[in-house]
Amino acid sequence: MAQNNAQNGSIRYLNPPTVEVRKKKYCRFKKAGIKYVDYKDPEFLKKFLNEQGKILPRRITGTSLKFQRKVAQAVKRARSLALLPYVTDLLK
Amino acid sequence: MIKQYETVFIATPVLSEQQMKEAVAKYTQLITDNGGEVVYEENWGLRQLAYPIQHKTSGFYYLIEFKSTPEFVDVLETQYHRDERIIRYLTVALDKDAVAYAQKRRENRGKAAEAQAEAPVQEEAPVQEAPAAEAPAENEENA
Repeated sequence: MAQNNAQNGSIRYLNPPTVEVRKKKYCRFKKAGIKYVDYKDPEFLKKFLNEQGKILPRRITGTSLKFQRKVAQAVKRARSLALLPYVTDLLK
Repeated sequence: MIKQYETVFIATPVLSEQQMKEAVAKYTQLITDNGGEVVYEENWGLRQLAYPIQHKTSGFYYLIEFKSTPEFVDVLETQYHRDERIIRYLTVALDKDAVAYAQKRRENRGKAAEAQAEAPVQEEAPVQEAPAAEAPAENEENA
């Protein structure tokens, strides 16, 4: 049996192994063709903030580096205009 | 060199409508007097602030898009800074994508405003009919 497996080059399982298929993240700006991130639209910018109003990292939102910089800039501008809070709880 | 800018300022909520108009007129005047050109103005009205500024929880927001020389921005911001009515301001230069975005936004808002202007007319018509429909019903009950 062991020889068989070695010859086939595969391992047999009793149950089919569960492989987690993660959905590939994508940059929503590239996908939607958005070129400018508007600081005047706080509702849109809230998608990139956590509950405390902190900017979410790229590894979570999937935003490309180019647009992460623009999002960060826009969020900071919105904060200074009191459209978004600097610190808060339960933003969402 | 002429560049396009966008400025948003927040005025104190204690101003009356007339005083707010004066403040806006002052800054548009300032822009045109310094060889600039006002491209677009937008009044956001009284908005709640996300956090208190100078112990105030709301303010009048006003957006002005204008074209001017870069030197003028300093002049404008100095005026903002000296003005006690203005509690916060932000001026940003618009790059070509931002200008395109601003253009599109204006058009969308123009359409939205038109739709809103048309909508009440349609809404008002049934309201006028409704009392008429109720009136005969009441008469029947009385009879």
